[in-house]
Amino acid sequence: MFDVDIWQEIFSTIKKNKLRTFLTGFSVAWGIFMLMVLLGSGNGLSNGVKEQFAENAVNVMWMWTGETSMPYKGLKEGREVKFDNQDYDFLTTKSKDIEKVSSRYYLPNDILFAYGKEYGSFETSTCYPSLKEMENINIVTGRFINDLDMQEFRKVVVIGDEIRKALFKEEDPIGKYIKIGDVPFNVIGISQSKKRNQDNNRSAYIPFSTAQRIFNGGNRVHTFTATSRMVETAEEAEAINDKVRADMSARHNFDPQDKRAMGSFNMLTEYIRTMKIFQAISLFVWIIGIGTLIAGIVGVSNIMLILVKERTKEIGIRKALGATPFSVISLVLLESVLITTVAGYIGLVLGVGLMELINFGLDQAAAGGADNVFFKNPTVDFKTAVSATVILILSGALAGYFPSKRAASVTPIEALRDE
Amino acid sequence: MISIQNLHKSYVTGNNSLHVLKGLNLEIGEGEFVSIMGSSGSGKSTLLNILGVLDDYDKGDYYLSGKRIWGLNETQAAITRNAMIGFIFQSFNLISFKNAMENVALPLYYQKVSRKKRNLIAMEYLDRLGLKDWAHHLPSEMSGGQKQRVAIARALISNPKIILADEPTGALDSQTSLEVMDILKEVNDQGITVIIVTHEHDIAALTRKIIRLKDGVIGEVITNGDLQNYRNRLINE
Repeated sequence: MFDVDIWQEIFSTIKKNKLRTFLTGFSVAWGIFMLMVLLGSGNGLSNGVKEQFAENAVNVMWMWTGETSMPYKGLKEGREVKFDNQDYDFLTTKSKDIEKVSSRYYLPNDILFAYGKEYGSFETSTCYPSLKEMENINIVTGRFINDLDMQEFRKVVVIGDEIRKALFKEEDPIGKYIKIGDVPFNVIGISQSKKRNQDNNRSAYIPFSTAQRIFNGGNRVHTFTATSRMVETAEEAEAINDKVRADMSARHNFDPQDKRAMGSFNMLTEYIRTMKIFQAISLFVWIIGIGTLIAGIVGVSNIMLILVKERTKEIGIRKALGATPFSVISLVLLESVLITTVAGYIGLVLGVGLMELINFGLDQAAAGGADNVFFKNPTVDFKTAVSATVILILSGALAGYFPSKRAASVTPIEALRDE
Repeated sequence: MISIQNLHKSYVTGNNSLHVLKGLNLEIGEGEFVSIMGSSGSGKSTLLNILGVLDDYDKGDYYLSGKRIWGLNETQAAITRNAMIGFIFQSFNLISFKNAMENVALPLYYQKVSRKKRNLIAMEYLDRLGLKDWAHHLPSEMSGGQKQRVAIARALISNPKIILADEPTGALDSQTSLEVMDILKEVNDQGITVIIVTHEHDIAALTRKIIRLKDGVIGEVITNGDLQNYRNRLINE
């Protein structure tokens, strides 16, 4: 079946029928092209949204406090709720759903950063070492805050890249001291967000323990950043959130329903919901794509049927000269497989190529400063391309099957009858 | 070479059954040059199809070169045709998108002869039929006589025992017809049995034996010596 001769037979047939072969292949190429474009676009959307999440760990949650807005257990509304270090201990040791916690103590908004003659106002994030994983902080030089810094209340700071540019210009900041509200801090690292134009680059990180002590925090904690255990469904993620709220309401005497007393946001819930949507989109894309492909294959099958009808006489001659049914079947089947595979592969390359081109364009635009939020890396991975190729060859065989059976049933007498 | 006893063949279409061959007996020896004649409906095409292993029969015996042709599946029939029989048709039946050489080489393709070798052999046969210069022409670029010579070369290339020619001169003018008949005669001189189906008397007269079919049986067999008489009788008719 796979000797050179049959391919030469097929190639000579194809060569003599260029237009027909082209039209046949075009429908398949188009089908695969559309499948690749659809899949690539789906991936692009999905990647774009995933990147929005990539800013933080997907299972991150934030908690903050305010004034109660509902009376609770005889207590009036309008009380201020305050987190403290005991809440941190509770969350890290007692709460089963919480894995890592970082407390934050807010410094005054107008606090100034100064180095030499340069100064500016920047956001200061006071944190535990675990914040690095939770908020995916990217250290480009030096290191992040560690446990020893916490224990020894060291006055060290990690600065965002924008702060480095503002205060140090071209100078190497590591080991230098900057003043934060008149207190000198040793610069130990520089962070730079992987995403462009991020506010994170205007943030500085100092140890929570140091901040609390130096800036008169006492026992006070303003917010918690935490990671919860990973769960599968949005409902479970929401349940974790509710449980933490219930724990905190018991500790601070507020109604668990009171969103003003304690605010919280659970990223995991959003993440799971969004990923569900993208799974659905991906499925949808495959259905549409396969549908387009099937239309192409039906086209090939149809044209091969016409072809067999057109070639009835030729097949009859071949049979009279000694062509076996098997050789006739393989002739038609292989031609179909060849056309589908080659055309499909061209469609595949063009589709993948187009998506790579768009990707290149997006990268260029991003490098030029445009911040594209919802479309990123709209390409098809190798595995998908391989499975598409396998589908192609199978569908080529399928498209050729019925026409080849028809061809095999041609009887030489009828085919050669002179009209 | 060919031995047929009590051959029956009917065609059934719906409720109608058409009994075409009604117990036909026929012996054709090796190296004979025979023409089969008969009015339309006499069963000559049916007989040719059965002789060519293109069709099966209902009853009787058909021995080809000592081997009974019966109950062959399509693959076996194809192999038998390829090995034993060379076909020549009225409308040449060349494959339009193949050049003369490729057309001639086609039977060898089905014998799994390599492309190089079969093209070489095809060139030899084309040369023998004076068509060497036309080897790379498509059938559409050739005259009827040339096409029929290509078809003869194709029929000969597999070294068949029998050449079956169905109205080989039907589409040709009388001059070309005679040329084609000359070639067939040469082929026959090399010992190959040649059987021609024709309705043209003067073509049939060029063969050594005429078999006239009538209503599905042999009506009359005229051998070489009688041909002259036969011709005279036709003229008188």
